[in-house]
Amino acid sequence: MNMLRWLGLAALAMTVGGTAQAADVKIGVVLPFSGANADLGHQIDKAFDLYVKLHEKDLAPNKVTIIKRDEGPPTGAQAKTVTTELITNDKVQLVTGFVFSPSAIALAPVITQAKVPMVIANAGTAWITNLSPYIVRLSFSMWHPAFPMGAYAYNKIGCKTAAVAYTDFPPGKDSVEAFKTGFEKAGGKVVLSIPMGSPVQVPDFTPFLQRVKDAHPDCLYGFIPSGAHAAGLMKAYGELGLRKAGIKLIGPMDLVPDNKLQDMGDAAIGTIVMGHYAVDLNNPQNKAFVAEWHKAYGPDSYPDFMSAAGWDTMHAIFDTIKKLNGNLSDGAKVVDAMKGWSTDGPRGHVMIDPQTRDIVEDEHAMEIYRQKDGKLGERVLDTTKAVKDECKVLKVGRCGS
Amino acid sequence: MPQAANIVVSVLFDGLAYAMFLFITSVGLSVTMGLMGFVNLAHGAFAMCGGFFVVSLTRTLGVGFLPSLVIASIAVGLISIPFERYLYRRLYKATDLEQVLMTIGLAFMAIATFTYFYGPIPKSVPLPDWLQGDVNLGFRSFPSYRAFLIVLGAALIAVLWYAFEQTNIGAKIRAAVDNRRMAEAVGINVDRLFTLTFAVGSGLAALGGGLAIQLFGLTPSFAVIYLVLFLIVVAVGGLGSLKGTLLAALVLGIFDTTGKYLLADAGGFFIYAVVVAVLLVKPAGFYGRE
Repeated sequence: MNMLRWLGLAALAMTVGGTAQAADVKIGVVLPFSGANADLGHQIDKAFDLYVKLHEKDLAPNKVTIIKRDEGPPTGAQAKTVTTELITNDKVQLVTGFVFSPSAIALAPVITQAKVPMVIANAGTAWITNLSPYIVRLSFSMWHPAFPMGAYAYNKIGCKTAAVAYTDFPPGKDSVEAFKTGFEKAGGKVVLSIPMGSPVQVPDFTPFLQRVKDAHPDCLYGFIPSGAHAAGLMKAYGELGLRKAGIKLIGPMDLVPDNKLQDMGDAAIGTIVMGHYAVDLNNPQNKAFVAEWHKAYGPDSYPDFMSAAGWDTMHAIFDTIKKLNGNLSDGAKVVDAMKGWSTDGPRGHVMIDPQTRDIVEDEHAMEIYRQKDGKLGERVLDTTKAVKDECKVLKVGRCGS
Repeated sequence: MPQAANIVVSVLFDGLAYAMFLFITSVGLSVTMGLMGFVNLAHGAFAMCGGFFVVSLTRTLGVGFLPSLVIASIAVGLISIPFERYLYRRLYKATDLEQVLMTIGLAFMAIATFTYFYGPIPKSVPLPDWLQGDVNLGFRSFPSYRAFLIVLGAALIAVLWYAFEQTNIGAKIRAAVDNRRMAEAVGINVDRLFTLTFAVGSGLAALGGGLAIQLFGLTPSFAVIYLVLFLIVVAVGGLGSLKGTLLAALVLGIFDTTGKYLLADAGGFFIYAVVVAVLLVKPAGFYGRE
C-alpha cells in the first residue's frame, strides 16, 4: 500500500515536473483572412508559418501552439471580438498579427486589462504604442517612411509643391500628417489634400486623381492600404496620364507592394517610395529569406514589407520564449524581455526601442524601374540608418501623450 | 478650354463611365427582382465569377480581352440556369428572409470557392493596346478604357431597350412584371420567362464583373463588397424597370463622381444622400410601382 502510494506520488511529481520543464506556449494570431484585404493577412501568415516551420525545433523542449483567427474588415469590431475570445476562452499568452490600426486601437484597453502582450506585425498608426504598456510593435509607424520622405521629396526628387491623397482612416491621416510635417519643414508646400473614401472597398479613384491633375502639383503623395487599393490607385494614375502631365507619384512602400508590382506595369515605373523593405533589398538575411519563401510558396509568390515584418515578429516572439524559458505567464515580464531586442533580419538591422516599444529600422528611398529581364524591380537610391518613430520624438498630437 | 468647362467635362465623362458599369451590372438584378419579387443577393457572386473567367481566359489561355468578356458572359449565363432551376425555384414562394439567407449563403460559398482556387490577391487583366492610354477627341483627351465603357454601355442600352420594348419576349416580360397572375392567365409561361431573364441578367452581371477588373481590381470578396451599390441602383431605379435602372445608374454615377471631385472630404456620403432624397420623394424608386 505504502509502496503503491509512493509510486503514485512519484508519477504525479514527474508529470507535474515534466509540464513545468517543457512549456506549451499558446499564441493567438489575428490577421484578415477574408474581405478586400485578405491578401495582406496571407502575406504575414505565410511569413509566420515559414518562420515557425524552420525554427520550431530551436524552441525545444518548449513548444508553441498557434491559434489563428480572422481579423475581418478594417473596422476593429471583429478583431476585438475574436481577440477577446482568444484571451478569455483559449487562454493565449500573447497575441500577434493585426494588420489594421483600428483593430489595435480597439483592443488596447482589452489587453491592458488582461495583461496579455500584443505584438503588432503591421498596424502602423503612430500613437498606437502609447495606448497600452503591453503593446510592442515590430512593423513600423506611418511616420517611419512618411516623415523622411518629406525632406527627401523636396531636396532630391524636386517636389516644390505636392498634393496628398489618402484613404480616410487613422493610418492614412497619420501618413499624410507625417509627410506634410517633413515636407513643410524642408520648405515644400502642400497645395491639396484629398481623402479617398474608406478602406473597406476600393473606390473609383478617377475623380480624386482628376482633381489632382487639375491642381497640377509637382508631386502626388499617396497613401492607400497595401492591398487591392494599391493596384486601383496605380491604374487610375496611369489611365489619367498624371506622369505625362508632370506629376510624380511618391509615397510609402505601400504604394508598390512586391507581390502586386509585376501586375502594375508601365504606370509604376518612376514611382519613388520610402520604405524599409523590398524583395530586391541587398543583404544576406534577405537573400536567404526570399530563397526560403520561393522554396515554400513557389517562384511566382513574393514576400513584401509586411511579410518581412511578420518574419521579424515571429523571430522576436521565439527569442522571448527562449529567454523566458517558456514561461510567458507574466505579461509585463514578456514586454520587458522584448525591450531592446535586436536582430539582422530581411529588413537589415532592426531593434525595439526600450522607451517606446516601437521598432527602429533603416529607411530606403526606392525607385521602380524596368529590369533587364523585363520584370519591374526596385532600386535603392538613398538610405537613412536607424530611423525612430519621429512622431513620438517630436511629440506630435496624440504621440505626445 | 477654360478650366471650369474642363472640370465639368471630365467629371461628366468619369461619372458616365462609372454609371455604365453600374447599369450593366445591376440591370439583371432589377429585372429579376421585379419579375419574381426574388431577393437575389448572389447577384454579385455571378459578377465575380464572370470576372475570374475573364482573368483565366486572358491570363492562362491567352484569349483576347473582348472575346473573353463575351465568353465569360455566356458561360455565366448558362451556369446560372441550373441554379435558377434547382435552387432558386424552390424558394419563390418562401419569405424574403429565407431568400436572403439562401442567396447570401451562396455568395459566401462562392467567395470561399474562388479564394480556394484563385487566392485572395487582387487580379488584373492584360488589356489590348487600344484600351490603354488615352484617345484624343480634338479638344482634349480621355482615358480609352472609360471611353470604351461608355460606348459599350450605350450599345447595350440600345439592344436591351429594343428587346424590352419592341420584341414579343420583351412585351411578355413587361406584362409579367406588371401583373404576374394576369400574365399567366393569358398563357404566358412566366417560369420559362424568368429562367431566361435570370440567365441574361447573370450574364450581364458577369460582363460587369469582367469590366470592373480594370476599375477596382478583382478579389473573391467582390461578390459581397459591391453588392450594396447594385442594390442601391435597383432600389433607386425601381424594381423591374429598365428605364429606372438606367436613370438611377446615371444619377448615382454622376453624383458620386462629382461629390468625390468637388468635396472629397464628404467622401462616400454623396451617394447615400442622393439615395435618401430619392427614396423620401419616391419610396418605390424612379419608375417603381407604388
